[in-house]
Amino acid sequence: MKVKILCRNPDDYVRETKKDIQKVPRNYDPTLHPFEVPREYTRALNAVKLERVFAKPYLASLDGHRDGVNCMAKHPESLATILSGACDGEVKIWNLTKRECTRTLQAHEGFVRGLCVRFCGTSFFTVGDDKAVKHWNMESPGYGEQEEPLHTILGKTVYTGIDHHWKDAVFATCGQQVDIWNEQRSSPMRSFTWGVDSICSVKFNPIETYLLGSCSSDRNIVLYDMRQATPLKKVILEMRSNTLCWNPMEAFMFTAANEDYNLYTFDMRFLDMPVMVHMDHVSAVLDVDYSPTGKEFVSASFDKSVRIFPADKGHSREVYHTKRMQHVISVKWSSDNRYILCGSDEMNIRLWKANASEKLGVLTPREKSSLNYSQKLKEKFQHHPQIKRIARHRHLPRAIYSQAKEQRIMREARRKKEMNRRKHSKPGSVPLVPEKKKHIVAVVK
Amino acid sequence: MAKEEDLFYSEHPVSASEDEGDSDEERKHRKLLEAIGSLDGKKRRKLGERTEASLQVSEFSVSSEGANNKIELSELLQPIKASSSLVTLKKQLNKVKHNAAVELPLSKEETQRIQRQVAYEKASKDITKWDRIVLQNREADQLVFPLNQEQLAVKPIEEVLTTWKARTPLEQEIFNILHKNKQPVTDPLLTPLEEASLKAMSLEEAKLRRAELQKARALQSYYEAKARRAKKIKSKKYHRVQKKGKQKEALKEFETLKMKNPEAALEELQKMERVRIEERMSLKHQNSGKWARSKAIMAKYDQEARRAMQEQLDKNKELTQKLQVVSDSDEAQVEEETLVPASINEVQVSTDSSNPWMLGKLRSDAKDSGIEEELQEPPILSNAGTKNMMEEEEELSEEETLLQEFEERRHLRKQQQKEEDREVEQSSGEMDPDKRQTSDLEDDKKDEQILDSEDIFQNLLNHNGQPDELGRSPTCAMESDANGLEKIADEPSVREEGPFLAEQLQRAQTMEEVGALGREEWAGGEEVQTDAVTREEEQQTMITVPEEKKNKRKKNSLINLKRVLSSSSRTIKTPALPTAVEEEEEEEGNQKLIIKEAFAGDDVIKDFLKEKRSSEQAGKPKNIDLTLPGWGEWGGTGLKPSTKKRKRFLIRATPGPPRKDHKLPNVIINEKRDLLAAAHQVNELPFPFNNCRQFQSSIRAPIGATWNTQRAFQRLTTPHVITKQGHIIAAMTDEDAFQSTQAAQQAKPAYSLNPQKPRTRRKPADAPQPLSSSAKEARRFSASSGASSTAVSCHRTFSGKGWRECDCA
Repeated sequence: MKVKILCRNPDDYVRETKKDIQKVPRNYDPTLHPFEVPREYTRALNAVKLERVFAKPYLASLDGHRDGVNCMAKHPESLATILSGACDGEVKIWNLTKRECTRTLQAHEGFVRGLCVRFCGTSFFTVGDDKAVKHWNMESPGYGEQEEPLHTILGKTVYTGIDHHWKDAVFATCGQQVDIWNEQRSSPMRSFTWGVDSICSVKFNPIETYLLGSCSSDRNIVLYDMRQATPLKKVILEMRSNTLCWNPMEAFMFTAANEDYNLYTFDMRFLDMPVMVHMDHVSAVLDVDYSPTGKEFVSASFDKSVRIFPADKGHSREVYHTKRMQHVISVKWSSDNRYILCGSDEMNIRLWKANASEKLGVLTPREKSSLNYSQKLKEKFQHHPQIKRIARHRHLPRAIYSQAKEQRIMREARRKKEMNRRKHSKPGSVPLVPEKKKHIVAVVK
Repeated sequence: MAKEEDLFYSEHPVSASEDEGDSDEERKHRKLLEAIGSLDGKKRRKLGERTEASLQVSEFSVSSEGANNKIELSELLQPIKASSSLVTLKKQLNKVKHNAAVELPLSKEETQRIQRQVAYEKASKDITKWDRIVLQNREADQLVFPLNQEQLAVKPIEEVLTTWKARTPLEQEIFNILHKNKQPVTDPLLTPLEEASLKAMSLEEAKLRRAELQKARALQSYYEAKARRAKKIKSKKYHRVQKKGKQKEALKEFETLKMKNPEAALEELQKMERVRIEERMSLKHQNSGKWARSKAIMAKYDQEARRAMQEQLDKNKELTQKLQVVSDSDEAQVEEETLVPASINEVQVSTDSSNPWMLGKLRSDAKDSGIEEELQEPPILSNAGTKNMMEEEEELSEEETLLQEFEERRHLRKQQQKEEDREVEQSSGEMDPDKRQTSDLEDDKKDEQILDSEDIFQNLLNHNGQPDELGRSPTCAMESDANGLEKIADEPSVREEGPFLAEQLQRAQTMEEVGALGREEWAGGEEVQTDAVTREEEQQTMITVPEEKKNKRKKNSLINLKRVLSSSSRTIKTPALPTAVEEEEEEEGNQKLIIKEAFAGDDVIKDFLKEKRSSEQAGKPKNIDLTLPGWGEWGGTGLKPSTKKRKRFLIRATPGPPRKDHKLPNVIINEKRDLLAAAHQVNELPFPFNNCRQFQSSIRAPIGATWNTQRAFQRLTTPHVITKQGHIIAAMTDEDAFQSTQAAQQAKPAYSLNPQKPRTRRKPADAPQPLSSSAKEARRFSASSGASSTAVSCHRTFSGKGWRECDCA
């Protein structure tokens, strides 16, 4: 007699090898797994709490400078190398993995105003208050050899900034004018002047490499084309911009760090209105650097904090500060998108995680997937008040906190006053000016 | 002053040399004229005129006397005679004369501005080529950095070989050696020698050879496959048949050989003899090998193993038997002869009484020679009996035999039913061998149990031996066996006769049923049965020996019957269903009554209505009474403001929107905001969403692994930006941007989340799940994919009846 029995094919549930994933037969019928939203909400809440628990961004401090760190430069080939120039004319090369200084050289008398590494990473340029542009070898000199620059160019005026072309043997300096130099020549290939005021920073566009942008003390941001005889255009803001940084993934976007506590992201084709005004700092913004993905940038401010802004958001997503960190003068985002370096007045370079709660080191696949999941949950429920509150919560130093509060009140008062004025005057006589336009004085062709 | 000026201006340096006298006079004359002219009070301001010396005098003796008259260009052509070609030129010159002067060049600032404008326009035009890429990257679900990652690809071996060169000294050395031996380096397939040999073979030859080889290979593979198939056949029967067939074949061959070629046959015979001798020498089939030992372990549980062992032994016997080509005249002799080796074997094996072989041997012997078995068996059994079954192994073996017996009996029963009639007749004849034992039983009551067991074995022996002894059919033997059982049954029946005897036929049925239950169920069955057994039977079943269990089994089976008979009269009172049903109808009324009684006091419906009304009242906007007593009239205790005043100062509340439950009589919907829940609720519509439903559905689609398949979960939780640890992300360049866009375009069809494709691909994995859930999963998946793209989102919503899908643009 044939007996009918229930049978299962072992192939369906037995692993072929020990390292195969264990297949767990699972019924996804929603009726069996109810309360999806509340459960995921709870998970999101936990995830966001954990994120705050694990948010420990500060990694290390590189000390050794004997004066404020005025400028920094990333090495284009090596992630572990960073260069810094101090206010006493000293340049240090650091090894980040060992967290130690590998080389020190007295580059200039007075400030090292600018520092840039050649695109190949074999040498670097410095400019200083002693009106000199110096070209140094990246390799330290052999034993008993003098620390000497490869070339020195003595100018007539002080150079305040320098940047190297991303592909060619060309670099640009700024001071009284913007000069484009060929590495082989001792006189500039081309000089751009527009107006008389001094120019405090110049930057090459990393994508369209012939384009340059500069910030000058007469509140201008000027764009140049290396191939043309004249500058391209300039925009005058309410206050002076300290520096600017081009987006490394979006050729026409750049962000300028302004003295009026804000950062302005411009599309170079539409200079009459910035694409975004980033406000959160409570003092002048001194430096800005884009993340290599072009999605975010980091800004250093005189208010002793470093903030990370999404490139398309008006407010920062993160603020870093420590008790001992003074005015942050320079900041860099590492080329692997993981770390942030900031050099400050009190002679230290600090290393931060770009993502405060990120776990460093190799992650197991399970960890990875769970982190991804919690990230997605946070995104999904980001508008829920509790989650938003926890995610946004940051501890701030009293100075920044009170300053921010004060500014908020001021802004509110101004808004109210304008509103009242508009209310009590002839319709149309007090026009409604959007925030983005408020800070632009003029665009000069 | 003016005059002086004039004078001054009119003064000319005298440069002429030749006509000095003339010019001097003339000058004086003019001066005079001028002086006179200036006397008449009119202030004639005359522009200072610079006269050139050449007016008067020229070193080329050309006077410029007509200097004041302008010369027209056309006049220059006068001396030339008019011709047709010159007319046009003249006209052109006239035209030129009428044109305005060329504009002044622009100022430096102006020119620079224009230059800047042009340059800026050009630059911004150039840079717009990035628009598409930037937009694409901004909207991408996922970005992987660094952008231009080189994809690992396996290079073809030829490429590697051709590009590879010996660099290190070791490699070079090796290559030198290879070169010396004319070993090809780049194409290392054939040495020159091999090539030469290849050349030696002609094409046709090679083809033929190849075909041959092919054929041979095909054949080989075919046979291999066949053999493999045959080898894989697990059916024992098949193999047995196969073997038998082979044997038959061999026999037939032998026969034919005998007829045709007696010498060859003799040789064959000798060969067989030799095999036999070898077998006797080697004791190959004595069940002493590794395989046999393993089988011995299995034999306890496995019928097949037992049979295999048996076969082995048979084979041994067969081989050790001396072949007799002669007729079966001296069969007895043969038997006697065969007895000897068998006994030898037995002696060897029987040293270990626990060895299951021994039993197997016994049986096999029994088939062959019943006499011997009869001689040998009883002592063993009696031994077992007297030793009181101290050794477990023995017990086991006995158990085994019993089980066998039982099985056989089961087979028998089937046949028995057919041959019931015959059975009756034959049973009378077969009584004799057993009677002796029954009489023994009657004699000694103390030995009853032991004897019972003996009896069973006797039965076993009987049905084994009988065919040989009496030359009867196996069915008959079984019948006798059944009789034996009946005998055992008779023992209790000494005390309880009548009904028991009558039940015998039925008992057989029960036995069969019990047999069908299988061995494992026995223990349990016994227990149940023993519980039910009456005291009398318990006395009988007071057993210490495991062997007795078998006995008991039989008894139980008997008792079972009896119990059935007796228990039929007993009726257990249980709450049967039908009665309950009947009662329900009666009780329904009762229940209602009880409930009514219990809740006599409270009118729930009324209470509910009251509550609802009160909540409605509480929710209604109230009139505001602004009357102030004492204003405009007398005030004081006991005085009320006039109705007119009250009416005037009463602000009537506008009726609010209707309550949500105003059409639902049985429901109260609380419209107050739950503060605790509100702390977790989103108050305003977040930015990218256009309406509430969109947002709600985006929240409703779960992304966790609890609700999604693994793959969907992975897709749903992929991060937006992936970076590689320790890799420098270089800025975008022309090449990788435009390459990447091309790649993206190529990849797009694969990347687009077409719900059809993944579903079909995933089907095998999801197959065990219920179809509805997999479909749901797919739907959910599509919903999520929609949500990820910014423009259009596809949502899953939950209506009261079930999940449904809705698209909102």
